[in-house]
Amino acid sequence: MNEAKPKPTLMKGNEALAEAALRAGIQAYFGYPITPQSEILEYLAAEAPNRKGVVVLQAESELAAINMIYGASGAGARVMTTSSSPGISLMQEGLSYIASAQLPCLVVNVNRGGPGLGTIQPAQGDYFQATKGGGHGDYHLIVLAPASVQEMADLVFDAFRLAEKYRNPAMILADGALGQMMEKVTLPPDGSLPPTPKPWATTGKSKDRQHNIITSLYIEPERMEKINLQLQEKYRKLQAEVRYEEFMTGDAELVLVAYGLAARICQKAMELSREKGLNVGLLRPITLYPFPTKPIGQLSARVQSMLVVEMNAGQMVEDVRLAVNGKCPVEFTGRMGGMIPSPEEVLEKIEMMMGKEIHA
Amino acid sequence: MENVAPTNGMELVYKKPETLTETPMHYCPGCGHGVVHKIMMEVVEELGVWEKTVGVAPVGCSVFAYNYMNIDMQEAAHGRASAVATGIKRVLPDRIVFSYQGDGDLAAIGTGETIHTVNRGENIIIIFINNGIYGMTGGQMAPTTILGMVTSTTPYGREQRVMGYPLNITALVAQLPGAYYVTRQAVHTAAAVRKAKKAIRNAFEYQAHNKGACFIEIVSNCPSGWKMTPVEANEWMEKNMFPHYPLGDLKVPG
Repeated sequence: MNEAKPKPTLMKGNEALAEAALRAGIQAYFGYPITPQSEILEYLAAEAPNRKGVVVLQAESELAAINMIYGASGAGARVMTTSSSPGISLMQEGLSYIASAQLPCLVVNVNRGGPGLGTIQPAQGDYFQATKGGGHGDYHLIVLAPASVQEMADLVFDAFRLAEKYRNPAMILADGALGQMMEKVTLPPDGSLPPTPKPWATTGKSKDRQHNIITSLYIEPERMEKINLQLQEKYRKLQAEVRYEEFMTGDAELVLVAYGLAARICQKAMELSREKGLNVGLLRPITLYPFPTKPIGQLSARVQSMLVVEMNAGQMVEDVRLAVNGKCPVEFTGRMGGMIPSPEEVLEKIEMMMGKEIHA
Repeated sequence: MENVAPTNGMELVYKKPETLTETPMHYCPGCGHGVVHKIMMEVVEELGVWEKTVGVAPVGCSVFAYNYMNIDMQEAAHGRASAVATGIKRVLPDRIVFSYQGDGDLAAIGTGETIHTVNRGENIIIIFINNGIYGMTGGQMAPTTILGMVTSTTPYGREQRVMGYPLNITALVAQLPGAYYVTRQAVHTAAAVRKAKKAIRNAFEYQAHNKGACFIEIVSNCPSGWKMTPVEANEWMEKNMFPHYPLGDLKVPG
């Protein structure tokens, strides 16, 4: 596995993510099958015997899986679970406990169309759930949004690095297309993410320390508020980890804001616009939480307008509007329920917006 | 403040195990939790597995078990203790891992986890405190509440037609091939406490050799929830609970 010169291979997003998790040194994976991400569990189950010591367990439900993650992370292991929208909904209680107990772990959501049982096609309808907490109480996950198979692999490493640095659950918010499509990927080398010391873990009480307790229960409200203040302080510090990418924003009059697969579509729409002489740029958030509020705010002061494109009814657009704070008009276009907007649809909207401004 | 009586030069014949903390327990007078905590922690000390034992506390009256047991512990979401214990045991296979759960936790909201954990033959110990009521939330009906029993949510007594039958989950898990040792005990008399401690000791020894899931039910009282004195509660338990949940081994190795 340790190649001197990593060679690019052709892989499915789900498989690239699974292989990256093994190379990032996961000690355990707990999961439950659901389309469109079952390849991750299948890949890991097939690979487990070749990777000494890696636990791969198919749980009886997503409820059980996320609570196995809680136990194993609390015991100090680097752990991952993966699912898709309905399964992620079932994990929300556990995620709230994990966030409160401040346990690092990686949860991957290969988002499909909803609500309800929905469809198995790609969607971004879980943005609110992922970035605003999702379960009960005041907490946040660290949320990373890949836009390629390469990032499906790379962001696994970033997610674990951030999760362990901040003792916070991290989520990779992908979608069904990123999970299923095949692209060229260069996998990060094995063992390049050293283990983090976890003196808080419940590994068995040694004589030289007090007993370690993993809990989210603080019955006195004064103590519970202190825990909340600690969490809020952590989220403030997390702002230093904001990541995003800008394309052709230097001379842009209109800037597209999109993440994941929608950003890929916007890249094409931007090219089509440029061919027509329209000065369009693109800002792609890579971290959805922490959100690139500042760069979007700064950009909004020097452009005519912004267009947010999502595969949902308009969720991230709320965060963009908060960042823009009235400095320029922000419009939205998107498709729902597993439908993917085409670059031409986006272009049409761009032309309408830019034309409107010219004649206004 | 140490809860140690002065010996004044006399011979020390009994000592609280160091595996229990000095924190005074919050349990009601007559409750079985304190006794079970104590005998479990005595076993941990006697077997010399203090540094190897990791426990999981449930949601319920024993939610604060980790304040009393001086061992590494995790607090689980309601019903999920055996899944949490599975996660711990799978990444630390040489540790002794137990979950400590009540009837609502283990046999209502956590039934799925209970059945599948035992069926996988997870090498953990499940301590199941069955007092036929939700104690912490104020005495509501539990899955193990016997027919006719008055609780705050069955004010006219549990009626089969509406609420079904009491769930004998211990008999159910004893059927599963992953169960290695299944027994039902009590802690209402000195003799019962000795037997229960022996059962717990057996389970700890079996797990040290990773023999499969060990499941110990302790039929317990709940004087506050049952609205009885501790003595009345023990008498009521013997007369009404034991016929439904008879004490003894349900599955033994061999």
